[in-house]
Amino acid sequence: MRSAVPLGFAAFSLAGCSSSPLGYLDATGPVGGPIARLGWGLIAISAGVCIVVGILLVIALWRGQRHADLEIKTVDDTAAIRWIGVGVAISTVFLIGAAVWTLVTVRQIRQPASATALSLDVTGQDWWWAVKYRGADPAQDFTTANQLVIPVDVPVQINLRSRDVIHSFWVPKLGGKMDMIPSRTNVTWLQADKIGDYRGQCGEFCGLDHAFMAFDVRVLSKPDYAAWLDRQLLPAAVSAGEPGFKTFMVRCAVCHTIRGTPAGGILGPDLSHFAERETIAAGLLPNTPDNLVNWINNTQTLKPGAKMPELHMLAAETRDVAAFLEGLK
Amino acid sequence: MTIGVDQRAAADTRQTLLDIWETEPGLYGWLATVDHKTIGIRYLCTAFFFLIIGGVEALVMRVQLAQPDLKVLSPDAYNQLFSMHGTTMMFLYALPMLSGFSNYLWPLMLGSRDMAFPRLNALSYWVFLFAGIFLYVSFPLGQAPNAGWFSYVPNASLAYDPGINMDVFALGLIFLGISTVVGSANFIVTLLRCRAPGMSVNRLPILVWGTLTASVANLLAVPAVSLACAMLWLDRRYGTHFFEVTGGGQPLLWQHLFWVFGHPWVYALVLPAMGIVSDALPVFCRRTLVGYTLVAISTVSTMVLGFGVWVHHMFATGLPVMSLSFFSAASFVIAIPSAIAMFAWIATIWTGKLQVTTPFLFFAGFIMLFVIGGVSGFMTASVALDWQLTDTYFIVAHLHYVLLGINVFPVIGGLHFWFPKMSGRILDDRLGKWTFWTMFVGFNAAFFPMHITGLMGLPRRIYTYPAAMGVGWLNLVSTIGAFVFAVGVLLFLINVAKSLRAGQAAGNNPWDAPTLEWATTSPPPVYNFATIPQVASRYPLWEDRLNEGEDRSVIGEAARDGMVLDRDKETIGVTPLDAEPNVVLKMPGDSVLPFLLSVGMLVLSFGLLLQAIWLVAAAAVCEFVLLALWLAPMPHDAVEKVEIYD
Repeated sequence: MRSAVPLGFAAFSLAGCSSSPLGYLDATGPVGGPIARLGWGLIAISAGVCIVVGILLVIALWRGQRHADLEIKTVDDTAAIRWIGVGVAISTVFLIGAAVWTLVTVRQIRQPASATALSLDVTGQDWWWAVKYRGADPAQDFTTANQLVIPVDVPVQINLRSRDVIHSFWVPKLGGKMDMIPSRTNVTWLQADKIGDYRGQCGEFCGLDHAFMAFDVRVLSKPDYAAWLDRQLLPAAVSAGEPGFKTFMVRCAVCHTIRGTPAGGILGPDLSHFAERETIAAGLLPNTPDNLVNWINNTQTLKPGAKMPELHMLAAETRDVAAFLEGLK
Repeated sequence: MTIGVDQRAAADTRQTLLDIWETEPGLYGWLATVDHKTIGIRYLCTAFFFLIIGGVEALVMRVQLAQPDLKVLSPDAYNQLFSMHGTTMMFLYALPMLSGFSNYLWPLMLGSRDMAFPRLNALSYWVFLFAGIFLYVSFPLGQAPNAGWFSYVPNASLAYDPGINMDVFALGLIFLGISTVVGSANFIVTLLRCRAPGMSVNRLPILVWGTLTASVANLLAVPAVSLACAMLWLDRRYGTHFFEVTGGGQPLLWQHLFWVFGHPWVYALVLPAMGIVSDALPVFCRRTLVGYTLVAISTVSTMVLGFGVWVHHMFATGLPVMSLSFFSAASFVIAIPSAIAMFAWIATIWTGKLQVTTPFLFFAGFIMLFVIGGVSGFMTASVALDWQLTDTYFIVAHLHYVLLGINVFPVIGGLHFWFPKMSGRILDDRLGKWTFWTMFVGFNAAFFPMHITGLMGLPRRIYTYPAAMGVGWLNLVSTIGAFVFAVGVLLFLINVAKSLRAGQAAGNNPWDAPTLEWATTSPPPVYNFATIPQVASRYPLWEDRLNEGEDRSVIGEAARDGMVLDRDKETIGVTPLDAEPNVVLKMPGDSVLPFLLSVGMLVLSFGLLLQAIWLVAAAAVCEFVLLALWLAPMPHDAVEKVEIYD
């Protein structure tokens, strides 16, 4: 049933230019890059320590077995203790070095070099992400879900909130985690220096579907981003005559919003421009008509515990709703 | 009062002591005994039983994670299993196991006849046992704690976790905390008062330093988690708002209270185990530990620093960068005392004359795991890197290298080492070596790949993962490794069963070790030492060979002129630092009160869980009566203390 998932992830992998969609040691950009370099540096130190100590241990084990006489004698440990001092001194130098490198990195990435031009509100909830774009005036605000679309080479401020339990916002290829804690607003920022799709994932255990709380970050060129923004500002391209429209209004609109229609529910993701999204159900499945039908029919099998109930719709209804949603460009 | 020359035959003395100290047979004696050796072995067996339970939970999870998209477990079942696995291993295995060693060994190592408060010791065990049972009571109902051993709110609050799951967790931890706190107080007072004359603080075995340090830490740390759990339970059941945001509570308060306990706690789980290595490893190097003083100081300083690093569990919570930087730096600094201990062990092997026995293999293997767990900890200490590492499998790898590597390996090594003392029989060395290699290979196969999956971004606490993560084969290796490790544990159990029946007889000191516990018979008599030893050096049984000074310890037959204390159930009390004897302590006899009091606490906990007021009230009344009986003044002559030195 989830045979489509690997395909979806493969797409992310290719777009993310790496073997692992969540690997952060090849992260780039002004936040991800310095952390990745720090990571490689500390891995190198760690591997070096393991090798040196391993060699010391092996030599010690080899030396120690040469003795035939096992009698207990008084040993002068002055030299041995001096060597402990040498070992601890060398360790301390590396520890101080690592601490300084860490603090320099923190200083480097805590704020963007230039003021952030774009500010998004991301609200985590069981088990998906609402993303709110704020326009120049409130009439230009709009909300989308499970997908951040940002322009390349622009620092983006992210205001993180939670509607229920603690979640953690994490786009490994672009930077580290920041928790989303109820009653608090945590602020982080990210900046991508390459166009492409990046994978995000909830980083804090948040209950039943923590495993399936992912999202996408689409990085567009500045003109493409402007065009995308313009499309989002329009109401959904809906024709009320479609067979799926009426079913949606009856069965789905209580929880979901489609701007420009009577559908105004706020419990589930805003679906106004659903067809533009890469995935459905917070990164669970690639957004294809077949997967959508599957999701509507088998919600609780695909994502046990998800807040969306199984709707038990007729096959034709499901097909119509899926076709209607896939038409929302 | 028997001081000075005792002319009676040694056999008579022993019989007299046996009559005074021995627990009466039968059910009453079984429930009433306060013998620290019996309690110690009970601790070891119960903790090992919980190790097996937690291990089986881990194996079931490893089956679910062996390949992507498996559906062996539902997410709910998985969440309960990983929560109970963590809770079991952290609370019901790791510390109780070390308490078992220390309960058994302290009076023997220190040359005393029992712990300072034998009844409190029994209480500590019974409470541990019943709290363990209580924590598992909802498991068969599918209602076990399911928000992780860290149980972050609001995920653990009533709104998001409406069953009894987290009530069991909160009340269970408060219940268990009583055991930890009274046990710790007992260790501290025992150290201060119940040592052999001459066992000054600079002569204590490192295990004693480790447990002492851990006990002081527990006294300070455990109240934080007990308080947090009480607040969680009140939030859940009585509408308080400690953590509830709708009433102005703060979820981050839970995290601070939990980790200000949790981080010192993990050091409490490793320092006594490191003490086991520091004491037992040198025996197989046929020399004394290099840098005893340095290692003792590093033990204490690790714990002191350990109270200043808890925020490194909270690097991603959005606290100000300035304060995060301090905690990051402190987390780097704490590696220094660990480095001292590690270099001391290596220097001991380097300059030693090795006997490659099973315990030695466990201790030598431990050093490598200690280093790997140490450097991965060094990486997570870096606040910037930790923003990526936290909550990935890298942390799972790190904490298992630390807790299995630095707790389980020394513990199994220590069990091989002291089994002869406890049972009178030596564990089979050939089977023991098989045990070690199976466990060592299995452990590394299971947990080393998790470093890589973590660096590839695999999040923790997910019940399944997609194939495109590319971590399927690494997880398969982990699962196979976990089962190999389990086979190693099974081999150990087979060895125990076999050797208990047909093992080679141990004699008093099969390893030719230097500390006091090896001076008495294996297993030791109930009164430990027929005459209280007088200690003159750090290595009483090696003095003639080390020949470091004029003074010699007086132990065993040679000590017949010493203190026999055969008038009543007594042991000697000493001054805290120099161990000058200054009082004869009257020791309490066997009593069923600790058991009854613990049963009462179990009933009380059930009452609170079910919110059955009448049950709570009845149990509370019973507890007060039992406490009154426990604390009832004894007749005056029974508490008379005899000054023997001015």
